[in-house]
Amino acid sequence: MLRKLAISTVTAATLALSSGAALAAGAEGHVEDYAFSFEGPFGTFDQNQLQRGLQVYTQICSACHGLRYVPIRTLSDEGGPGLSEEEVRAYIEQNFIEVYDEDLQDWRAATPNDNFPTSSLENAPDLSLMTKARAGFHGPYGLGLNQLFRGIGGPEYVASLLTHYTGSEREEFGAVLYGNETFAGGYIAMSPPLWEGAVEYGDGTEATVEQMAMDVAAFLTWTAEPALMARKQMGFTAILMLGILSVLLYLTNKRIWAPVKARAKGQQPAE
Amino acid sequence: MSGIPHDHYEPKANWEKSLQKRLPIVGLIYDTIMIPTPKNLNWMWIWGIVLVFCLVLQIVTGIILVMHYTPHVDLAFASVEHIMRNVNGGWAIRYIHQNGASLFFIAVYLHIFRGLYYGSYKAPREITWIIGMLIYLLMMGTAFMGYVLPWGQMSFWGATVITGLFGAIPFVGDAIQTWLLGGPAVDNATLNRFLSLHYLLPFIILGLVIVHVWAFHTTGNNNPTGVEVRRTSKKEAEADTLPFWPYFVIKDLFALAVILVAFFAIVGFMPNYLGHPDNYIEANPLVTPAHIVPEWYFLPFYAILRAFDGDVWVVILASFLTGGIIDAKFFGVLAMFGAILVMALAPWLDTSSVRSGRYRPMFKWWFWLFIVNFFVLMWAGAMPAEGIYPYIALIGSAYWFAYFLVILPLLGVIEKPLPQPDTIEEDFNEHYGKGGDGHGGATSPAASPAE
Repeated sequence: MLRKLAISTVTAATLALSSGAALAAGAEGHVEDYAFSFEGPFGTFDQNQLQRGLQVYTQICSACHGLRYVPIRTLSDEGGPGLSEEEVRAYIEQNFIEVYDEDLQDWRAATPNDNFPTSSLENAPDLSLMTKARAGFHGPYGLGLNQLFRGIGGPEYVASLLTHYTGSEREEFGAVLYGNETFAGGYIAMSPPLWEGAVEYGDGTEATVEQMAMDVAAFLTWTAEPALMARKQMGFTAILMLGILSVLLYLTNKRIWAPVKARAKGQQPAE
Repeated sequence: MSGIPHDHYEPKANWEKSLQKRLPIVGLIYDTIMIPTPKNLNWMWIWGIVLVFCLVLQIVTGIILVMHYTPHVDLAFASVEHIMRNVNGGWAIRYIHQNGASLFFIAVYLHIFRGLYYGSYKAPREITWIIGMLIYLLMMGTAFMGYVLPWGQMSFWGATVITGLFGAIPFVGDAIQTWLLGGPAVDNATLNRFLSLHYLLPFIILGLVIVHVWAFHTTGNNNPTGVEVRRTSKKEAEADTLPFWPYFVIKDLFALAVILVAFFAIVGFMPNYLGHPDNYIEANPLVTPAHIVPEWYFLPFYAILRAFDGDVWVVILASFLTGGIIDAKFFGVLAMFGAILVMALAPWLDTSSVRSGRYRPMFKWWFWLFIVNFFVLMWAGAMPAEGIYPYIALIGSAYWFAYFLVILPLLGVIEKPLPQPDTIEEDFNEHYGKGGDGHGGATSPAASPAE
């Protein structure tokens, strides 16, 4: 009985998995499988890492890129970088964050209730959802197994992109393109943004290129999925409760059917 | 209902009698949930309840999502992010709704395959089958329009490609496409009407579900043997059946709980696995994604659509015979809709007098090949239309049509079926009479009475 159900469920799962996330966004380049603290069913964000990532974003990325969907106040949300409300206000002041006000038709200092500014460079994509909008892992053969076991790989893609510049350059239509092993096509318009010691971490962590790339990738995972930890918590609680419910219903079902099956056992079938 | 003799609702108290005289609603509900159900139903008969659950889940979560969603090309994408970030529990509701669609389709495919294997579509249940197919078509329409609403890149380009199919219809295609889109291209008018229809269609589905249930309550359920419940006397009917409540309600709820464990594992730990990363990029009419791929549940039909290109001889022949009116593009569209049409016609294409695949030794093989082929088509649909993939898709499409148009009609003539049990009671007693939980049914249909 249970076996039958198990088979049905497995069939159902295979049905879904066989091709669901089969082909993700066209990133053909090399993606390093970095280990992040938020991976796996019990993984959580490392608050220190998110704060370091915020620093890298603010001091480097935000020169060109924006985070248009992320409200600044969420920096003090639970499960995020965990700044206090005063620290959020101080963050805005110290970094001179300004937003364009439609009513004033002018720029003004941001408040915590504003979203982060949009990209200031026209061809720099917004980073709010970047780690969900890119896939690092595919296949094999479009079967979606890599995504199943290693994750879709958005954060890994971002970290790899930042660390896998080849150093070569190419000029196309007057624009300089920079060689990158991760970027599809091999050449990207963004110049290598990170260098050894580009930021000075307050917590004493050494600011290697890889460290900064990992930190900002973690931060961008939080901006893309701020409820990640709450979501995993919900999943765990739901599985636990539904598991208990399943056991109770299984026993109830067995109890209800017992007399019917006992009767069947009593009557031998006519051959 | 169902012509199976059973006890009907007897109002006892005075208020019950007076209510029954004026509005027999209690009697209707009683007769519906106490319907005599073949007692040998196996675990493949749980999907109906799962599907009803999915429909209710999608309607409830959908109603909440609409409260916070803005159907405008400039605001839709941001409003979805607003739901994900600022609405309390919004992320949970949206992820449940998004993955609920996948659960819905997993259940509906298993439900359909169950019907195909056990011959549930055969007389007298043709109407149930046809209504089921209508529900399935409406589900696909609803899911497609729902996928457009977040206004991501795949939403936009999926809508462009699929509505483009209607443009392939000769003579009137362009006019129909413009009428569907509300303009020359996918734009604000399209988004607005898609939201309106995405909200409307589930309620039409709900109505059809009631008719679907009504139809099979009139004919009685099919069962894994395909042998009808004895209707000659109440005693015999009771030996073949058990009331739906509590025997099957509890069994189905148990199965539903187990399925929901898997569902919440996906919602909790990998909610975007079945989605597409490109849909987290806002729609941009100027940038076409590298691969435009529909959601997984459309892939087998997408493969059939693309399989018939201008190099396939039937397409060339059709084009020649119609003087070019049926070109490759229109042929693909016809093939895609035709694939669902032939499935809907299964009751009249299957000539076998035996319902259940359990007693059809040759049918079994073709059926499982059909299932494998379904997955192959799904996989081919996700692959780029180049290299070997179009050939695989073409072979798969050919088998799909051959299964319904050639194999099902022929098998009824050439196949020698195995002996069937005389009654459901006999099947049930044999199943459980030999001690312990027996196996049988969908995946091990070997429980033939010959043993």
